[in-house]
Amino acid sequence: MASEATTSIDYIQHHLQNMAFGQLPAGYVRYDGTVLDQPVWTLAHSSKEAMDMGFWTFHLDTLGWSVVMGIVFCAVFWLAARRAAVTSPRGLQSFVELVVDFVNQTVTDIFHHKSRFIAPLSLTVFCWVFLMNSMKFLPIDWLPMTAALTAGDEHLYFKVVPTTDPNATLGMSFTVFLLIIAFSIREKGFLGFVKEYTLHPFHTNKWYVNALLIPFNFTLEVISLVAKPVSLGLRLFGNMYAGEIIFILIAIMFGAGLVLGSLAGVLQWAWAVFHLLVIPLQAFVFMVLTIVYLAMAFDVADEQH
Amino acid sequence: MNINATLIGQSIAFIVFVLFCMKYVWPPLLSVMQAREKRIAEGLDMADRADKDLELAKQKAAQQLKEAKEQAALIVEQANKRAGKIVEEAKLQAQEESDRLKSAAQADLEREVARAREQLRAQVAALALVGAEKILGTSIDLSSHNAMLNQLAAEL
Repeated sequence: MASEATTSIDYIQHHLQNMAFGQLPAGYVRYDGTVLDQPVWTLAHSSKEAMDMGFWTFHLDTLGWSVVMGIVFCAVFWLAARRAAVTSPRGLQSFVELVVDFVNQTVTDIFHHKSRFIAPLSLTVFCWVFLMNSMKFLPIDWLPMTAALTAGDEHLYFKVVPTTDPNATLGMSFTVFLLIIAFSIREKGFLGFVKEYTLHPFHTNKWYVNALLIPFNFTLEVISLVAKPVSLGLRLFGNMYAGEIIFILIAIMFGAGLVLGSLAGVLQWAWAVFHLLVIPLQAFVFMVLTIVYLAMAFDVADEQH
Repeated sequence: MNINATLIGQSIAFIVFVLFCMKYVWPPLLSVMQAREKRIAEGLDMADRADKDLELAKQKAAQQLKEAKEQAALIVEQANKRAGKIVEEAKLQAQEESDRLKSAAQADLEREVARAREQLRAQVAALALVGAEKILGTSIDLSSHNAMLNQLAAEL
């Protein structure tokens, strides 16, 4: 909840800032007016400081929570896998098998090549994104306030939903992008890979026309290639970020009297219910698109005509 | 929300989790699930076969029961026939036995009669001699008249 001193705008901004850890250069004037006499690695104390830290900044909250969620996923599934019995699956194993079966079904529907990598990748994407998105179900101030109290710093930035940080979603989507390129080269050879981006989509039987078409083809193909990871990452980020902002706005209403406060309670509940749909859906979409893109990287026959 | 090195960190975490999943999660789970699928398929197959077997066994049992009944009927019939035959045979034997006994008795009787007649004859000869002696008052030479007397006895 916004404390008395902070305005609504401060509250929103505070909630949209990650816990950035980076280096501030020497001579930098900090938020409280102190001037640094040497470069120092520290937590950003304002959005401006976070901006000024440059590229080599780490969002500790994003990394921390995504790693925690990843470990939760790995631990649960690993435990289930270790205790898995062929006869009479129960409890955790049934649930895990349900998820695995669902992912496996989706993968075999979309991806028609042989790969030991795609299905586990899809499972990881689906569960991990789902778990990271699920952090949204927690009331927006619980974890940040707990963290602030624990650290003894009321100003601590703490964003608990990793997927509302574009770094997290783009980090995943660019990994997928690298996989697309790697698999394309592996499946089609380097020449085939180059051909795909120069002699496509426009292609004739005369080599000199083809040569003229290369720049045009290349531009088109590269744009469509780069659009894949960007749209993949930004779609997830956009959906989660927008939902988060609505949650923040609803949370502001809690401080605005009994009537608006109880209305906020109803709204928060309704929005959370809506997210019961959004959260798995976005995880599913991210997984399906990952599979589709990788399937396209594997498709050889379709490209050579 | 600036793009920064968090992206790289996230990427590394992503790769690590995917590799973990690929090595320790996916293969054992999938192998267990496939093994179970196979087992269930086999079980259903076996159940189908057992159903068929049961049907066959039922048919066979019915068939056997029918055959057994037929055989039993046959046996009873044969036994009845045999019993009739045995009774018939016994009757016949009894008849024969009685006939035999009767004829033996008859033969005995006849023999007795013949013997009695023989004795009588012998005695008649003697009596006749005595009577004749008495009548003639003389003794008869047994040896000279014996042949005649024997002839007389034989004519009796």
